[in-house]
Amino acid sequence: MADGAALLLAARGLTRTYPGVRALDGVDLSLRAGEIHALLGENGAGKSTLINLATGAQPMEAGSIHLDGREVRPKSPADAASNGIVAVYQEITLLPNLSVAENIYLGREPTRFGLVDRAKMRRDAATVLSRFGLSIDPAQPLSAFSTAIQQLIAIARAVDMSARVLILDEPTASLDNAEVAVLFRLMRELAASGMAVLFVTHFLDQVYEVTDRITVLRGGKLVGERRTADLPRLDLVAMMLGKLPSGDSHLQRHAAREPGAPFVTVNGLGKRHLVAPFSAGIRQGEVLGVAGLLGSGRTETALLLFGAERADAGEIIVDGEPVTLKGPRDAIRLGFGFCPEDRKLDGIVPDLSIGENIVLALQARLGWMKRLSPARQRELADTYIQLLNIRTPDAEKPIQLLSGGNQQKALLARWLATKPRLLILDEPTRGIDVGAHAEIILLLEKLRDEGMALYVISSEVEEVAAYADRVMVMRERRQAGMLTGGDVTPAAIIDAIVTPVEMPPSGRAA
Amino acid sequence: MSGWFMAARSRLVLLALVLLANVLVAPGFLELRLVDGRLFGGIIDILNRGAPVMLLAVGMAPVIATRGIDLSVGAVMAIAGAVAAASVNAGHTWPVAVLAALGTGLACGLWNGVLVTIFRMQPIVATLILMVAGRGIAQMITQGRVLTFTDDGLAGVSSATLLGLPLPVLIALAAAIITGLLVRATALGLFVEAVGTSPRAARLAGVPTPGILIGVYVWSGLMAALAGLIAAADIRGADANNAGLWLELDAILAVVIGGTSLYGGRFSIGLSVLGAIILQGMRTCILRSGLPPELNLLLMALVIALVLVVQSPACQPALSHLTARLTKRRAA
Repeated sequence: MADGAALLLAARGLTRTYPGVRALDGVDLSLRAGEIHALLGENGAGKSTLINLATGAQPMEAGSIHLDGREVRPKSPADAASNGIVAVYQEITLLPNLSVAENIYLGREPTRFGLVDRAKMRRDAATVLSRFGLSIDPAQPLSAFSTAIQQLIAIARAVDMSARVLILDEPTASLDNAEVAVLFRLMRELAASGMAVLFVTHFLDQVYEVTDRITVLRGGKLVGERRTADLPRLDLVAMMLGKLPSGDSHLQRHAAREPGAPFVTVNGLGKRHLVAPFSAGIRQGEVLGVAGLLGSGRTETALLLFGAERADAGEIIVDGEPVTLKGPRDAIRLGFGFCPEDRKLDGIVPDLSIGENIVLALQARLGWMKRLSPARQRELADTYIQLLNIRTPDAEKPIQLLSGGNQQKALLARWLATKPRLLILDEPTRGIDVGAHAEIILLLEKLRDEGMALYVISSEVEEVAAYADRVMVMRERRQAGMLTGGDVTPAAIIDAIVTPVEMPPSGRAA
Repeated sequence: MSGWFMAARSRLVLLALVLLANVLVAPGFLELRLVDGRLFGGIIDILNRGAPVMLLAVGMAPVIATRGIDLSVGAVMAIAGAVAAASVNAGHTWPVAVLAALGTGLACGLWNGVLVTIFRMQPIVATLILMVAGRGIAQMITQGRVLTFTDDGLAGVSSATLLGLPLPVLIALAAAIITGLLVRATALGLFVEAVGTSPRAARLAGVPTPGILIGVYVWSGLMAALAGLIAAADIRGADANNAGLWLELDAILAVVIGGTSLYGGRFSIGLSVLGAIILQGMRTCILRSGLPPELNLLLMALVIALVLVVQSPACQPALSHLTARLTKRRAA
């Protein structure tokens, strides 16, 4: 720790494992007094885990945190706060029905003769708030104010708790441009007063606007720390998405093949406030990759294509016939399948067995009257457990006890059992151990070669470039490009992700 | 099936304890006598008196499995009883009265289901509406009186005998078997459990979520109407104020004793019926014991609290540890 003395916060070798996946693997984080530091990475990169370890919300398995050269081991968020490390989250974690003053002094109310001194609390709160340029009545309930003000109040609380390291987790996600400007001014003032501000976000423009340094995580590992001024946007995205600017791809791009018959054509499909109209064609035996950063609208395209969200513009044409999707059931009837990004919430049915999870979609398609017999269910489950190499003693085990990779395989099995013609996969390899990762990629290539159409959303650009025939690039909730043939390279994908799309000036942050 | 018996084991032990307590209180409890082609005895008595709650539990179990609850079943019993009594008093035959009552139950269930599914009300609030309003509706039908009737056909729902068993017992058992077949011989049970465990995942897998949700409430309404018919036939009258009063709580308790979590997911019709029988067994025992009646509710509550604490996740590790030690000692 050569430069340890100069650092306000030095986290070294932070490690945390969840069943089946290493969420954080020996990650370092260095924050200097007076800097605004961006923490970047895709979903599952380990940002939340890092925050949780630093604030004591979860215990660390290995590693150390030094604050001002003194080792701290926060046991809880309250403990971390007393050491000067405070996090403010995207969803406000304050209590909306209490007053602003009560929220600021929650858990550390000023007392007089053993009773809460409300008058003093309100006076002090007003003083604290005025430091932040907020002239609001501290006696009002928190819920009377906008999200932006609530965010500022949460920060005011943190600063008043003599925070030295302030962690802001996606603070701008629900703010408009003017509110963002106010927040940024405040962040700069706090940094100037000697605090370190860790800014977690997925808005790259904001990173370049306000931060001094950037730490990038990917797949639970530290990719690197750079000075913001020295890191071109292209290189930053490459760090986030896994294409090292100089490195050669270890994945071989598959040979060009004869494209199959057109299967699904999307014409200007879109929904207001969700994603701008996009167009794409998917042929049988072809992989359409979808690339883009977090929040780019990549997942939303899948929701529209699968009928999980109803489009208000455009059309979907299947086998030359226009179709309307009123819900997922319509899509499934057409032979679509969808493995969602959030496996735990939208994918698995945790209490049910692996076997029941595998047969669920097929059974739903057959209807409730035509129940698959127990023997047939077992046969299907065993077939796919073997075919996809799902590691489990039997099909009776509740699916929640499987590792992430095996859960993902079981979800793939759920759709394969329906013999789909189009499989929509949202981040199929996220948060999965290396072995299962490779197996899933091989499986996707095999399915493609057997004639299935695949719509694969992935933030692993090298992988997408290797197996996709074409790549649709999303940026800021609209289609930013479609790469085909020889253009499907990691560099071209990243380039398309970074290049701004032409749009009216008011389009941002809406 | 072996899995079911594993799950049923602790409840069967509990039932045995309750029956044993009954024998201690009333030595002749287990005797069965055949009088005029009808069986009499303590067990028959428990089944007969427990029939309404058994029916309610059969309807309630799938509702709870979808992470819902139906507080209106007691009120629906009152409405169905009132409709049946009013029908025969208006000169309709008893089959018409029965069909009218059942139709009313279906309509009440549909109302609940639509509020929960289409208007996305919280089930506890949605069914609370009918729980409160239902008694008012029943009182409007009976015009505030106990609406008595003399139709022997309708009274037979409670007093008739078939194969030596009282009709309510047969109705409850038939309803349990039909419901059990409906959920397990088709894919409905799987769908209900999937919707209850993870509604979003179920929807994306293509499970017809709205249909399932409405369906369980409709079925619960139907079961409540059957229970209401038995209750009305029992006293040859429709008592809008007291028919089925607080029975929704007994039904919920029976389902919970049957091992269904109020957080939804896995459920069992058979175990819920067993839960209802255990409840009635306890009630009968306390009544026969000659304890002052004011102690009844307290004792019931204590026993139930004990049962639920033993079943709670907090106690399971200690319990399995104990079982393991006992088994080891026996093996040694």
